[in-house]
Amino acid sequence: MTTMTEQATQVYAVFIRATPEQVWDAITKPEFTTKYFHGTRIESTFEPGAPYLSIAGDGEQRLIEGEVLESDPPRVLKTTWRALFDPELAEETHSRVTWEIEPQDGGVTKLTVTHDQLEASPKTAASVAGGWEFVLSGLKTVLETGKPLSTEGM
Amino acid sequence: MTDDDRVFRALADPTRRHLLDRLFERDGRTLTELESELEMTRFGVMKHLRVLEEAGLVVTRRRGREKLHYLNPVPIRLIHDRWIDKYRERQVSALADLKSELEDTA
Repeated sequence: MTTMTEQATQVYAVFIRATPEQVWDAITKPEFTTKYFHGTRIESTFEPGAPYLSIAGDGEQRLIEGEVLESDPPRVLKTTWRALFDPELAEETHSRVTWEIEPQDGGVTKLTVTHDQLEASPKTAASVAGGWEFVLSGLKTVLETGKPLSTEGM
Repeated sequence: MTDDDRVFRALADPTRRHLLDRLFERDGRTLTELESELEMTRFGVMKHLRVLEEAGLVVTRRRGREKLHYLNPVPIRLIHDRWIDKYRERQVSALADLKSELEDTA
């Protein structure tokens, strides 16, 4: 989405046929994140103040680092966020990512990701636009079918 | 109505596509801002925004007393994965077949 101006607040939402607990597991357990989050393993104790790391699936390289700001399973996870996978992005300041999980009628759960505080990080803002929709559609596929999306484009 | 039905229905209206384009240009707008660019009553714009919200194409967030509207591209990505990728794959493989057939007979 190169024509879109960088947005300092970005909101992404998806409806998933799963319970809030299953959605929470999918965003906090590495066996799930490797299937939809660009192959990365999530690593954190999910206690406030603890590091929140995303690590390349086949090694030890940190791709995202942040700190847990709020953790209320299975409802809210809020962390700071800094991309390390590109030196230009790593120079920018931390932004913030909030995952909100809300049960809906009919066995459906709404997952909303808000990536904000991107005012001082325009390159990160441009980089994540397009990335989140891919991650969330992948997460939905993993939870609903048990299978990852095709790895094409990952 | 399935999720896909809601998205296609929401996208079938030119005013609603116009609202999505406005949000694509600049996200996080209030009803008043969106309404100012349309020859339509406030109630009419609200109705269209509600259809977009029900389809998941627009997500709202409160900031103080304001309600901000954000474009959510995920349903369009899901439609793309489900309805476009699949057919394009077939087209590409048909072209690949044609190429190998032509090259074999040459």
